[in-house]
Amino acid sequence: MTNTINFMVGGEAGQGVQTIGYLLTKSLARYGYQVFSDQDYESRVRGGHNFFRVRASQSPVNAINENIDILIAFNLETIALHRHEVVTAGIIIYDSELIQNLQGSNLLNIPAERLVLEATGGKQTANTVLLAAALAICGYEFASFANLLEEFFGKESAEKNIKAADSAYKYVEARSIKKSQYRLKPIGNTNRMILNGNEAMALGAIAAGCKFMAAYPMTPVTPIMEYMAAKSKEFNMVVVPAEDEIAAINMVVGAGYAGIRAMTATSGGGFCLMVEGLGLAGMTETPIVVIEGQRPGPTIGLPTRQEQSDLQFVLHASHGEFPRMVLAPSTVEECFWSVEKAFNLADKYQLPVIVMTDHHLATSYNTVERFDLTRTNIDRGSINTSNMGEYQRHLFTENGISPRAFPGKSTALVVTDSDEHDENGHLTEDPAIRTRMTNKRLGKMALAQEDIQSPKLYGPEQPDMILVGWGSTFGAIREAVDILNNRGKKIAHLHFHEIWPFPKDTVKEILADCPEVFVVESNATGQLAQLIRQETCIQVNSNILRYDGRPMIPSDVIMALHEEVK
Amino acid sequence: MSKIQDFTSILPPAWCPGCGNFGILNALKKALVELKIEPHQTLFVSDIGQAGKLPHYTRGNVFNSLHGRAIPSAIGAKIGNRMLHVIVSIGDGGAYGEGLNHLVHAMRRNHDITCLVHDNQVYGLTKGQASPTTDIGGVTKTTPYGAPPPINPLLLALAVDAGFVARGFSDDTTHLKDLIKAGVQYHGFSLIDILQPCVSFNHKNTHEWYGQRVYHLDGSVYQPSDKNAAFIKAQEWGDKIPIGILYRHERPIYEENLPVLDADEDLTTIVRSGKIDELITEFV
Repeated sequence: MTNTINFMVGGEAGQGVQTIGYLLTKSLARYGYQVFSDQDYESRVRGGHNFFRVRASQSPVNAINENIDILIAFNLETIALHRHEVVTAGIIIYDSELIQNLQGSNLLNIPAERLVLEATGGKQTANTVLLAAALAICGYEFASFANLLEEFFGKESAEKNIKAADSAYKYVEARSIKKSQYRLKPIGNTNRMILNGNEAMALGAIAAGCKFMAAYPMTPVTPIMEYMAAKSKEFNMVVVPAEDEIAAINMVVGAGYAGIRAMTATSGGGFCLMVEGLGLAGMTETPIVVIEGQRPGPTIGLPTRQEQSDLQFVLHASHGEFPRMVLAPSTVEECFWSVEKAFNLADKYQLPVIVMTDHHLATSYNTVERFDLTRTNIDRGSINTSNMGEYQRHLFTENGISPRAFPGKSTALVVTDSDEHDENGHLTEDPAIRTRMTNKRLGKMALAQEDIQSPKLYGPEQPDMILVGWGSTFGAIREAVDILNNRGKKIAHLHFHEIWPFPKDTVKEILADCPEVFVVESNATGQLAQLIRQETCIQVNSNILRYDGRPMIPSDVIMALHEEVK
Repeated sequence: MSKIQDFTSILPPAWCPGCGNFGILNALKKALVELKIEPHQTLFVSDIGQAGKLPHYTRGNVFNSLHGRAIPSAIGAKIGNRMLHVIVSIGDGGAYGEGLNHLVHAMRRNHDITCLVHDNQVYGLTKGQASPTTDIGGVTKTTPYGAPPPINPLLLALAVDAGFVARGFSDDTTHLKDLIKAGVQYHGFSLIDILQPCVSFNHKNTHEWYGQRVYHLDGSVYQPSDKNAAFIKAQEWGDKIPIGILYRHERPIYEENLPVLDADEDLTTIVRSGKIDELITEFV
């Protein structure tokens, strides 16, 4: 697409790849571009090879492209690894005093260290020079960039960065360096948010009135607890850095029992430790929200990389049978709304709600229209208001939902048990009560089904093929479908944003008549395809799978269909 | 004002006749009545096993948690409603084995809850296997050649600077009642390790065995504010076993370090905050 421009910032861990990538992303968003940026980094604090891809477009963009128009290289390795991805008219910006003896076309030497030394007396802000040079050759106004630097670093710290940027702009100007064919200019809405999936989820929790969060740091979702901790004072939230994930989820269940909205966030490995606590929420009918941020497993796997391989695990985690709900937001914007909704579902049906994310979604930045807070809604579900007789926490009701009371808030005694229990919450081994309680709990799933959004079908009527996906592969599939349909194909895209209870009737109806159904997933075993077969008896024709730890991109889908990637 | 009857459950205890749990239950009920606490102001959080059944045999709010996880559940609930008197009822397996990590960190962070450890030095409900406090050399179904050295929970508590470290004996209910009262009144985490005979599976540490050995730490001579003295007392085990408050000192509870809880806000009520709009602006 001609209206998109792809940047990459690459270097070692500790060289500021993330900061420069973020600043670039934000500069583009400030001009009104729609931006999608992803991060590729190794599990280390210093060294190695990291990169940050930034894709800007005049229309919404939800996926990354492997072509590079402008490569900002902090080290030789970045150039060696990514030079082949730079397009013919592309530009590689580097400092030839650091990276010497480079040959070939597309090279733009900016002596960043020398410039910054002259301008500021130190070398710390050399990378800002390279970024500023990239913006300068695209015609990005210096004043706008300087404003952003001041906002980001604060007035005092920004000074050196602004001087560094100024030296780059002057260098580019003085040498009449050939401008990039990509011209950046302020367009349209410059008032969009730029945030990543983690930030959107944390905001969703705060908007939902979450008051308690307990977690143990684990990539990729650690920033959720960090963000909430940073805002805990302003929003009267308690964020407990628990000793382990087992403690975290059990604290959350305790807080949920006490009547406050409570959440934890972890990755697959941490979720492994939490599953007994998940069952506790199911058995005691306690509302909790769990964010599960997938990364490649099993075990430590690839800690800082991408996979969607926990779907079947999340659906089945913990022993015994109890109801749960599983949401799988597909974009950064949906991360906000899914978490906000998860709290309402948890309260309404008194069960654990798991919101699945993954490394790609959690760490990728996306421009999003300001969240419309008037759309948020707090539904605490059925609350006991009767003062008549003894309160029964697990009262049998027509729809299986027992009104909640909060311990200590009235004279009602709130009794519940991880053992099988009677309506009063006291343990029992009575076979009739056991059967009835099991039916009560599982029966809530039929009701909960009504609140699950069915997957949406996009594309031509009576398609020749449907590509099915869930969660973070949304952008890659959607873009591939658009590209192929522009070439005259008739391909539709069916995407799951909410997964359990499974919307089987809709799925059956949509898939039944389509000649070819391919499921696109970032895992090795086709877990959504298995789920579709289990729930609808429909065997899909094939799977398009990627499980090398890298995110699905549009060209993966296009190539899998034996089409040319242009 | 509450009466003993207010804490009396209609459910008949499923404990063995002669079980030490009866003494703990009676002491607990008396302590709460003397403290003028009403059932709805209490939250009993229990582990599993015989100790875990205790809340069902009294009246109050009850959260019967997972094995080893009563303490984290109690922490979450206490933060959720700080007006509740939160009392954990847990065995030596749950507190010192399965959930030891939680106990250590709860003491370190100093959450304001009272932890009653029913320490019978054996796994009772699973019928007689060695526990983390089984005496060294103890022959059980899982240690036919003798148990390894036990954990010393009181030393451990002192090591992580728990502010209230005590030991009671289930047969000495008046003394135990006073310990529980002091623990509930203590502002912070109180650990009360309660020696308790298991009449079915521990044939060594019997009513008589404990009865001949325990003695009260006399307040006039013994100063529970002296941590070094407490370290020495905590190591006394064998012919003489001290019961009473080994160590007590005040330090800030976890919640006092959290600015949010200064506000004394009812966290169960969700008040929509206009400040969210400001957060959103930070991302523009």
